[in-house]
Amino acid sequence: MLKTILRRTGKFAAIAAAGLVMSAQAAEPIKIGSFLSVTGPASFLGDPELKTLEMYVEKINEDGGVLGRPLELIHYDDVGNASNARNFASRLIRSDRVDIIVGGSTTGATMAAVPLVEQAQVPFISLAGAVVITNPVKKWVFKTPQTDRMAAERILTDMKDRGITRFGLISGTGGFGSSGRTQTLDVVEQMGMEVVADVTYSGSDTDMTAQLTNIRNTDGVEAVLNFGFGQGPAIVTRNYAQLGMELPFYQSHGVASDSFLELAGDAAEGLRLPASPLLVPDSLPDDDPQKKVVQDYKAEYEARWDSKVSTFGAYAYDGLMLAVQAIEAAGSTDKEAVREALENIQGYVGVTGVFNMSPEDHNGLEADSFRILEVQNGEWKLIN
Amino acid sequence: MFAEFLQYLFTGITIGATYALIALGFTLIYNASHVINFAQGEFLMIGGMATVSLTAMGVPMVLAIILAVLLAGVLGMLLQRFAIAPAKQADVVTLIIITIGASIFIRGLAQLVWGKEYHVMQNFSSDEPIRIFGAVLNSQSLWVLGIGAILVVGLVLFFTRTLIGKAILATSMNKEAARLVGIRTQLVLMLAFLVSAVLGSVAGVVVAPITFTSYDIGIMLGLKGFVAAAIGGLGSGIGAVVGGLLLGVVEAMAAGYISSDYKDAVAFSMILVVLFFMPRGLFGAKVVERV
Amino acid sequence: MLNRFMQMRLRDLVILAVILFALPLFLNNPFHYDLATQMAIIAATVVGLNLLVGFAGQISLGHAGFFGLGAYFTGIMTSNYGWSSVPALVVGAILVGILAWIVGRPILRLKGHYLSMATLAVGFIIAIILNNERALTGGPDGMPVPAFTVFGWELSPFGSYNLLGMELNGSEAWYLFAAVVLLVAVWLAQNLIDSPIGRALRSVHGSEVAARVVGVDTARYKSLVFVVSAIYASSMGSLYAHFQGFITPAVAGFDFSILFITMVVLGGMGSTMGVILGAVVLKLLPQVLADFQELETVMFGAILMLTMIFMPKGLLPTIQMAVGRRMKKKAGGQA
Repeated sequence: MLKTILRRTGKFAAIAAAGLVMSAQAAEPIKIGSFLSVTGPASFLGDPELKTLEMYVEKINEDGGVLGRPLELIHYDDVGNASNARNFASRLIRSDRVDIIVGGSTTGATMAAVPLVEQAQVPFISLAGAVVITNPVKKWVFKTPQTDRMAAERILTDMKDRGITRFGLISGTGGFGSSGRTQTLDVVEQMGMEVVADVTYSGSDTDMTAQLTNIRNTDGVEAVLNFGFGQGPAIVTRNYAQLGMELPFYQSHGVASDSFLELAGDAAEGLRLPASPLLVPDSLPDDDPQKKVVQDYKAEYEARWDSKVSTFGAYAYDGLMLAVQAIEAAGSTDKEAVREALENIQGYVGVTGVFNMSPEDHNGLEADSFRILEVQNGEWKLIN
Repeated sequence: MFAEFLQYLFTGITIGATYALIALGFTLIYNASHVINFAQGEFLMIGGMATVSLTAMGVPMVLAIILAVLLAGVLGMLLQRFAIAPAKQADVVTLIIITIGASIFIRGLAQLVWGKEYHVMQNFSSDEPIRIFGAVLNSQSLWVLGIGAILVVGLVLFFTRTLIGKAILATSMNKEAARLVGIRTQLVLMLAFLVSAVLGSVAGVVVAPITFTSYDIGIMLGLKGFVAAAIGGLGSGIGAVVGGLLLGVVEAMAAGYISSDYKDAVAFSMILVVLFFMPRGLFGAKVVERV
Repeated sequence: MLNRFMQMRLRDLVILAVILFALPLFLNNPFHYDLATQMAIIAATVVGLNLLVGFAGQISLGHAGFFGLGAYFTGIMTSNYGWSSVPALVVGAILVGILAWIVGRPILRLKGHYLSMATLAVGFIIAIILNNERALTGGPDGMPVPAFTVFGWELSPFGSYNLLGMELNGSEAWYLFAAVVLLVAVWLAQNLIDSPIGRALRSVHGSEVAARVVGVDTARYKSLVFVVSAIYASSMGSLYAHFQGFITPAVAGFDFSILFITMVVLGGMGSTMGVILGAVVLKLLPQVLADFQELETVMFGAILMLTMIFMPKGLLPTIQMAVGRRMKKKAGGQA
């Protein structure tokens, strides 16, 4: 046991020493640290995120790197556990000494790492959804996904436009579903609408007909909204069709991916959800600034990994590109300079949306960066 | 009202049949070797995942299923031969940890070979749901119940009519005595694991169209199967089936009538209640403790 | 002067103290101290669990439930109600102890796998409640926990402290604190083991029927050790919450419970020092395997299986036996 500790710390010491020596040289790599939920219950998020990061770090290095220096991606798998995330964030900051962190697939993982990041003063671009990450604004924490609050707002606006004011809510008990539910319940009051049924399912559940039956039998229900990600919403969708429920059906941006369509099959026909234009790049008008960025990302990702592109991977793409942009704008990897550069990014066209950061807004997106998509004939159609 | 109740009942029985099949697997291995095999859920996973990946490669469905079940069976035997048998007289807890290690190992392999995504499997027969008195039933559920029933009957026949089945029972009752009458206990134990793995993987295949399948689907289902087996009484075949169905129905009823947030908590509380009144489960054997 | 038992106890404690205070020589950055601190806190938890599993022979698959309750009680009280850390820890431990006593009485009548099933159920119910009561606990996204404060003095992983003239950063200070806590936990456990209570527990493990025949009130002792191990878990959960600064319901979850039991069994059931070794190894393993990425799960599973198959008594007892045998061989050779 002692031998292992000795050997391990010997290795750490060697790396640290090498690092010291290397800092004297010129083309020392820019270290991008990342902790992601690559395996475990949130692998739906972390797996495409890691693939995207690896792929684009490679690509950027082939194109000459940033500021003439290659990028080095140091990543760890937190298995969807916030404690692990905190430990790996600690390792990235203190042991690996990274220049910037792009990671944190889940809100829990992100929030667990925030105190460390703030204290160590390292810029951190989170890939998680909850509104509490950037509200209240934290000096060193940024995020690329729209907040779950924005998603709720976007969905409810579309519902209202269709004349719906009372709907049933079915959500997953995991972090994404739970905070989505909280935000929906909050926004509903402001918009003068009403949630008439509120049921949940857990991540490992395999049948939601009981919950849906509950909603169906509630008086006055005009539509159904499902907040969650992974296979849960696909099961909900299938059960929905089986029960023969005809009410307008909404999903959240958690399932904005072609793999969801594969899982849900015909049952998904007619459902709507808010999403980045990633799923319908060719439907965008030619003068839409996002069209080219989105088309390129989709083509490159699918060619490289031979699997469908996902919204979550796009968060990582935007995170990495924003980081690179900030480093180039700052002209160095000095953490304060990069942080300030990040804060001042305006009009950056990403896959998720067009980012306009500011000292008060470390997310840079609005609710209308979401487009409303509908499933028609087994494909995504841009509605709005 | 009645339609609502019926709906919950159908849901509960379908998922309960799955739990029952997994519980039977636990019971089988427990009966043969007094080991609780925490890797049982992984056999379920292998059944589903292997079938899906084989059909994706172009293998016809029926052949894919047979191969998947064979794969699971072989893995079951390897598990017994290389993980359980070498541990010999280890503590109960140690054996539990070994099977937990095995389940992690198998899951890791599945993740490497098949990736982390969820996969869909087609219903065996029609996709149209069946309507009964206002409630709907997935046609696949009938398959689950039907195949489940066949497997249970098959097991009963296996244990009462075939020599191998009786040999397994004999080994579980008294290992030394079984050896004395010429039963090759090591072989018998491997067979028990084989049958259990086959059971689990068939359950996995038949349930996959309803639940989707992925590398980690075995964790929670395996756990619930263990719960069902304990409720019914470890070692009792009827107990496993009853326990599984009961667990499924209680879950569905709780989700529908009480609170979907707490449905799992209700199910777990039910176990505590059952065990409080019947410390050996519903059908558990009254064990005489040798002092 | 000291009899043989007390000599052994003292020797083990001194060795542990030496290792703990010499370790900083090998730790070179705050991350290492972070890990070491967590190892110490979790080691103290499994020392408590070992009393239940190793000495009394009762399996508990839901122990993280008590750990999580302690963590959340501290989190909620110090965050939302402005309690000070020590009262929150103590009151939390008392409440969890009471819960363990209430729950333990009926559960501990069960035997073997039924007992493990019941403890599993208890653990799950606690985790589900913590997950669902979002208003109180922050739900699955977790809640922040303020730093550990005693009479206004704050022990935070980010502060700087001055001890006997030495400059310590927060991580190092926390490590020292956790090391002391671990030593106290071990000392208390050893006292319990070598007392009449400990002997009663071992008799229960050996043969419950025989113990009852001899007049040992097995139900009472089993309940007692269940409560004690729950109090250990709750107190350590509270410290863990303060140290991490952020907790999620996973801290009470099934995976964590299994990790605890694995540490006890891997390290050596019934051996206080052994389970500490188990805690260190299992906390270190993911860090070491992290570089293997995709292969991490497979390797972890394989290592677990192989270790338990070839060293069924656990790491430390096996090592001790091997060393003992070698010493005997040497002595035999010389004779």
